[in-house]
Order: sequence, then C-alpha cells, then structure tokens
Amino acid sequence: MIGIIDYGMGNLLSVFNSLEYLGAEAEIISDPVKIGSMERIIIPGVGAFGDCMRNLTEKGFVESLNEFALARKKPVLGICLGMQAMATRSFEGGEFKGLGWFDAEVVKIIPDDPKLKVPQIGWNNIIRKKEHPILTGIPESPDLYFVHSFHMRCNNREDLLAVCDYGGEVTAAVSKGNICATQFHPEKSQDYGLKILKNFLSWKA
Amino acid sequence: MQKQRLIPKLQMTMSSFGKKPKMVLVTTINFDRIIEIGDPVSQAKIYEAQAADELIFVDIRASSESRMTTIDVVKKAAEQIFMPFTVGGGVKSLEDFRILLANGADKVSVNTAAAEDPDLIDKASKVFGAQCVVLSIDFRRNKEGRSRVFVKGGKEETSLDPLEWAVEGEKRGAGEILLTSIDRDGTRQGLDLEMTNTISEAVSIPVITSGGCGLARHFVEGFIQGHADAVSAGTYFCFKDENPMQTRAQIKNAGISIRLHQ
Repeated sequence: MIGIIDYGMGNLLSVFNSLEYLGAEAEIISDPVKIGSMERIIIPGVGAFGDCMRNLTEKGFVESLNEFALARKKPVLGICLGMQAMATRSFEGGEFKGLGWFDAEVVKIIPDDPKLKVPQIGWNNIIRKKEHPILTGIPESPDLYFVHSFHMRCNNREDLLAVCDYGGEVTAAVSKGNICATQFHPEKSQDYGLKILKNFLSWKA
Repeated sequence: MQKQRLIPKLQMTMSSFGKKPKMVLVTTINFDRIIEIGDPVSQAKIYEAQAADELIFVDIRASSESRMTTIDVVKKAAEQIFMPFTVGGGVKSLEDFRILLANGADKVSVNTAAAEDPDLIDKASKVFGAQCVVLSIDFRRNKEGRSRVFVKGGKEETSLDPLEWAVEGEKRGAGEILLTSIDRDGTRQGLDLEMTNTISEAVSIPVITSGGCGLARHFVEGFIQGHADAVSAGTYFCFKDENPMQTRAQIKNAGISIRLHQ
C-alpha cells in the first residue's frame, strides 16, 4: 500500500488519481499512526513552507515520518513543497526549520535573466546530475511541469539528482538512499511523469 | 530552458438534446453560432496523447445562464488526464474556486465575476496562490471602435479597457492573463497581435492569447510578434485537420522554444 500524506496542503487528488491510473493501491493518510503499515509513502504539497511545517508538526507527522524514512529506511518520494519540507531550513516568508533529511536550504529563485518570471510555471527540461532508478526508461532530458517560486539549494552536490535551467541552475530533483524528491510535478507531466511515479512504485531502495 | 506553451481550449455548453442535460464540446464564431462537436473529456484525452502542454475547459454560457461549470467534467478530466488544466465559466466566489481546485483543476479562470467584483481576484490569490488565478479577458471593438472588455460570454459590454484591466488584474494578484478576441474567435483569420503585444509588454505575468488561429503560422505570430507566453485555440484543433503535434513542429521550426515530445 502506498500512503499519500495529507497534512492539509494542496492537491492530493491528482497524485491519488495518477497512482490509481497506474494500478497501485493508494491511501490518503491523515492519521500519522497509519504511516507505519505503509510499504512506501509520497509527500505531496502545494503552498507556503511555514504552513507546511506547522501542519506537519501540529498533526503529529514529524516523528512518524522520521521513523519511516530515517530509522526504517522505507522508500519516500517528496513532490514540490513535499520535497522542500525535507531541507534543513527555508527562507520562504521568514526562516523555518524543515525535516532536515537533506543538508539544504530552500531559497527564492532569482533568475539572472530579468525577463524570466517568478514563479516558474510551465514545462522545463531537466538535466541529470546522476543516474537513479526513478529516471529509468525516460529520455535523457525530458520536459516536465514546474510550478514554484522557491527551490532547494543543496550543500552536498551528490544529493543533486537533476537540475533545470531557469536563468541559472534550479534544483529539479534530489535523492539520498531511500529518499527521493522532485520539484516538478510528475502527476502533471504526462507520460514521462507517470513513468517516474511507476518507477518509484517498484523502486527497491 | 523553459518552453512556450500550446494550449487547446475546450469550449463547452449544456447540450439542448436528450433528457439528461450534459456538457458537450462546441466551437463558436464571434462567441456565437455554437456548433456541437463531441465530448469534452474524450477530446481532452486525445489532446493529451498529442502532448498538448495544458488545457483550458470553459463553460461558455455559464455566466449568462447563471450556473457553475459542471463539476462532473472536472472530476472526470482529473481522473484521466495527467497534465495541468484550467477551468472557467460561471465562477463567482471563493467557494467556487475551492470546489474546482479540490476536484482536480490546477487553475481557475474568472471573467464576469472579476469585472463585477475585482476584489475576488485579490481574495482568491491570497487564499489559493497567484499561480491558480487566471484573469480571463474577452474583448471586442464596440460601436465607437474602442476595445472594451465584454462579460457574460461576450453578451454584455463593460466600461473596462482591456489593457488597463490586465494591469489592474496583475496588481490584484492574478497569476496569468487569458486574452480572447471576440472579433477573431472562430474566424481562423489570425490572432489580434496588436492587443496581444500591448498587454504582454505591459504586464509581467504570463499572457495566453487566443481567438483567430487558423494556420500554424498564426501561432508563430502570437509568440514572435505578440510576445505571448502561450497561444490557445479551440476551433483550430477541433476539426482535426490540425493537431498539437504537427503545429508544435512548425512552431519549433520558426525558432521558438517549445516542448517537443520525443
């Protein structure tokens, strides 16, 4: 069973629908106690970082997520804000502490081309920084769908899985051991996005 | 590198045939002369297979007939289509935004309600984020030859100037402008490049231009002369002589950065 973490931040339906389309059994989880029985989990999310961490904390998710990801080392996929939550801290609307799974900070995108707009909304091609099972079977540099104003800046370059060019290097995906995360939305990126989700479903972390 | 976007627009209306009313896909000319041509969701599936970048669903008679866009179409689309889509038509309140977003829409477009109560843009942007608030501007020249914003599916003229309204919409927190020339709608004579360019230069949010595409060249003009971030078309794709795949190839050949589906 795949658990989709529901902590009150954004569109879970698209993620749920895409897993169902792929034939996976998925459950939306709003009670942290249920995480323990999941085979793997997805942390989605759309919105602001401060609200995200406050919700995760208030709903009691932090401890059970740490247990699942760090102690038991089960496969985890973060999407968009769900990826950013894995950083050490974020500077979106102040300074907030994150889950700290990646030695990274979440910072605003500042494109060096003034014509580029923030948020970045639309399709951009990713540039791979390393190989990973979730990128198996898709083209070298596919276009995927992004909607974001902030991105994760990694202090360890080896955590970088893919970047995209948006007036400078913007982090598109990260991975470390049993944890991987994407800034783009695989559930909105048509066939290549679905393939990434499918890869995650069979990933033996 | 980020890509310019090609966005099929699915215009819908409530079918006048049969016992159970349902949403059907239509084309229009000058927002009038409605022709029913099929089912919106199955057409959307075809557009997905042809790698359209996004979709826009709009219930063209919702505001004039006072109803909210049918949730059924949104739900079905969200179950079957894995790409971003915008929904519009008859959206009046924050609650309407919430319902459409919760049922799978990525963005919601407002036209009539925003013109009547501009604060709706500010509120929706604050609650749901600018990225999901699309200000739809339908315009045409009035009898005095001035361009004016029209509401209620093009039936009612307002005193709003399209350029000023676009600038105000951005200030109030709209994340995108969807510009449609009623005079060009369905005519296949080409986009209103002048208005597209004027508005694209005046705002810093993305502008989607539509109304009048009849040839692949018209899309190219929308990007190069109109400086649009995206071009949307309904009629052009609906009759199936053209599709997003081949149009995209022609846009690419003109040197525009667009997604090519390998």
